[in-house]
Amino acid sequence: MSIAERSSFKYTAVGRLMSDPLAVAAVTIIALLVLCAVFADAIAPYDYKALNVRERFAPPSFVHLLGTDNLGRDTFSRLLFGARIALFVGLTSVGLAALIGLMLGMVAGFGPRWLDNAILFLFDTLRAYPTIILALALGALLPPGLGTVILVVVLTTFSEYGRVARTQTQALSAQEFIDAERAMGASPARILFMHILPNVLGPFFILAAINLPVVITIEAGMSFLGVGVAPGTPSWGATLKDGFDYIRNTPWLIVSGGIPLVLVTLGFTFLGESLRDVLDPKLRKER
Amino acid sequence: MKAALDIRDLSVDYHTRAGRLHALRNVDLLVPDGEVVGLVGESGCGKSTLISAVLRLLAENAEVPGGEIVLDGTDLLSLSDAEMRLRRGRDVSVVFQDPMTGLNPVLTIGRQMIDIQHREALSRAARRERAVDMLARVRIPDPASRMDSYPHELSGGMRQRVAIAMALMMNPKLLIADEPTTALDATLEVQIIELLQELQGEIGCAILFISHHLGVIAELCQRVVVMYAGSAVEEGGVRDIFHAPAHPYTKALLDCDPGRIRERRQTLPSIPGSLPDLTAPPPGCIFADRCTKADAGCGATQPPRIDTAPGHWATCHFAEAMR
Amino acid sequence: MGRYIIQRVALGLAILLVAISVLYALMITLPGDPTTVFLGPRATDEMRAVFSERLGLNNPVPVQILQFWGRIFSGDLGEDVLRNRPVATPVFAALPNTLILVLASIGWSAALGILLGAFSAACRNSLVDRVTGVLSVAMLAAPSFVVALWSLLIFAVVLNWFPAIGAGEHGDLADRIHHLVLPSFAIGLAWVGYIARIVRASMLEVMGENHIRTARAFGLPPHKIIYRYALRIAVLPAVSVLGVGVGGLLSSAVFAEIVFARPGIGRLIYESVISRNYPVVMGSMLVAIAFFVMCTLAADLVNAMLDPRLRTSKKS
Repeated sequence: MSIAERSSFKYTAVGRLMSDPLAVAAVTIIALLVLCAVFADAIAPYDYKALNVRERFAPPSFVHLLGTDNLGRDTFSRLLFGARIALFVGLTSVGLAALIGLMLGMVAGFGPRWLDNAILFLFDTLRAYPTIILALALGALLPPGLGTVILVVVLTTFSEYGRVARTQTQALSAQEFIDAERAMGASPARILFMHILPNVLGPFFILAAINLPVVITIEAGMSFLGVGVAPGTPSWGATLKDGFDYIRNTPWLIVSGGIPLVLVTLGFTFLGESLRDVLDPKLRKER
Repeated sequence: MKAALDIRDLSVDYHTRAGRLHALRNVDLLVPDGEVVGLVGESGCGKSTLISAVLRLLAENAEVPGGEIVLDGTDLLSLSDAEMRLRRGRDVSVVFQDPMTGLNPVLTIGRQMIDIQHREALSRAARRERAVDMLARVRIPDPASRMDSYPHELSGGMRQRVAIAMALMMNPKLLIADEPTTALDATLEVQIIELLQELQGEIGCAILFISHHLGVIAELCQRVVVMYAGSAVEEGGVRDIFHAPAHPYTKALLDCDPGRIRERRQTLPSIPGSLPDLTAPPPGCIFADRCTKADAGCGATQPPRIDTAPGHWATCHFAEAMR
Repeated sequence: MGRYIIQRVALGLAILLVAISVLYALMITLPGDPTTVFLGPRATDEMRAVFSERLGLNNPVPVQILQFWGRIFSGDLGEDVLRNRPVATPVFAALPNTLILVLASIGWSAALGILLGAFSAACRNSLVDRVTGVLSVAMLAAPSFVVALWSLLIFAVVLNWFPAIGAGEHGDLADRIHHLVLPSFAIGLAWVGYIARIVRASMLEVMGENHIRTARAFGLPPHKIIYRYALRIAVLPAVSVLGVGVGGLLSSAVFAEIVFARPGIGRLIYESVISRNYPVVMGSMLVAIAFFVMCTLAADLVNAMLDPRLRTSKKS
């Protein structure tokens, strides 16, 4: 693909994406999330960890937009900083999972049969762990913290990327132009990076967009269960947990703690669908 | 002469992105009672649209702006959807081209044959008996046990026999056979043709037989209709059509038939040019662009229907001269 | 077919063996005294010595894994040292509750999802189709534990329509169903949308196939064509997805069981993790993962049953 072709492809892809109202809504939500995460310090009216015993269990008001929790901490400020955690965990683990999946998948698709089978078996085995149950087990063995969360998420999701990379690699290496390259003496590394990598990227973007909210939900879920972030960290899941523990005193925590999760999932799901329509016409659903 | 099917002046349009596509334009077609009529033409000439129009199975973007489809005295176009549904498979039934995909893969042959008798006032056992009987008539060995087979367990030829059995089970007035042998090899083709001939004799239905295999048409049919780009261009008795074609397109079609080429040659003949754009059909003769005989008049005025012999007509300015 | 089953079962068993072995190996090799890991921090030195001897904790890791499986295959899930009972006791007390919950969730969500999907495909671009389209994405977007918390808040705490805690009285069917409503709603909701989308897409594909044209050419009633001739084929992809999705359902069940204080495997794992009761963690995870592997297997086999093309490998 020449540079000119590439940029024009990009131009039309972005152009087409922006002509889809759902995609615009999705991008708006995601942009809002990113803004909240980046400028949390500036926007937040209170320090997210500041305790205020006198204002415990305060319902939503103009003083505390979304009320306070059992320790008198401002919910709105905590949710803003929660966006930062969600985004950090999401991007890091999706990036890591995609990278590991890409390498294993390409090796499986390109390497000898036995290696392919071994890697496939690894993927199948990892799929056998229900995510949250594995998270509980590892959470019991490892100290709570973002590292544990990222480890669990990467372990349970990288096989998805691996499968996609493997399928694409196999499909492409069966094509004639790869044979021609090989006949001309191109090294496997050259073939992998020059020809196969660019073709894997499209599906990876779609998968990443669909996976990000899943990852963010896992983080929130683990934090809800107390095996995620360290105590005191303003994860959305931790806010929900506080709300659950004091459901009769602070029901607003449950309501407002869930809304960002739902919005983020909605945003990335719509984005994933629109990306699929734009990047992969074969998968386009007729509607 | 009473007609099983009499199509008069039928037009069908498709609404496409490129505009209104005139897939059928003023088509006339007659299938007399108890006769076998062949319908020939290249791919894309509107044969499938014609069948779908008769059965009212047209795609959602199709529209019938005018014409009549008279089946056994009733204009099908005047029927409601529900009335039409009751006639499908009973008054007019169809055998489709591809036996591999035409039957439901997850239901047994018997289930499907019993289901299509949904309008008959028969007990379940009687329906089953009738289905087994019909399978025997299309010479499926061990028909009773075949009832419990799934389509994929049968060969292509066997599946086409099942399709014929289903189509003829309700003794229809008209059977439409849409290239029923195209997907089969030569030996099977002969067997299926013979079977159709035999069953037609017994049941006495009329058949509209669509094929681009001219040899089969000559063998099986009494009359032939030739279609080109959504128009019927010639109709007549099978001998007239084959020995004295009155339309240059028919003649070109016959010249291209590998079965009729006598001398050795390097390349198979073909008709030069391609089908006209049916979103904007030319004002004159639809075939003028590719016709060796065409003059300026052909491109400007539409040729009328010219009778060249009793029961034989063609839409060509030179129809008389062709003979 | 026989060959296919054997292959699938063998692969399933291999996955189960490896998955559990890895987990066990992790538990015994992670930093810290294994006896602490297994007995918990509250164990006495005497208990540790007895335990090390009994479990062969001084042997090399591979030997220990073999010994572990030896115990499992002789029907011993281990000993709940903290509460002095076999691990099997709490695990098999909790299992039925989780099974009922998961089955009920699959049941209602699959039924509704398939119906909605088939209906939207049959009446494409109708109001129902459009509403289903939007709703199914919205349902997908709600994480199950948020749905669990919100429905707990709305229907149990505020409206008081359903109980907030437990699985109901033993033997009182109505009470148990009453307790099942909210958790299975929370788990199943996302699946309704997911299945509806899958079924709609595959339904539209099937409706364009030749055999459907045949059925229509024989004047079969439209509802019969849709619900008998097309849907039977269109549900196949949904069945495969459901099998794999049981993993997700189990994860959701953990939340639902915690939020609604329902005594099930998920809650058992959670509570043993919190109390660092590792033998129970190990035993209940073994059962949960085995259940999941079996469900994936079952989905493949159900698919083979529904699709005769897969069933008869003896012919083709």
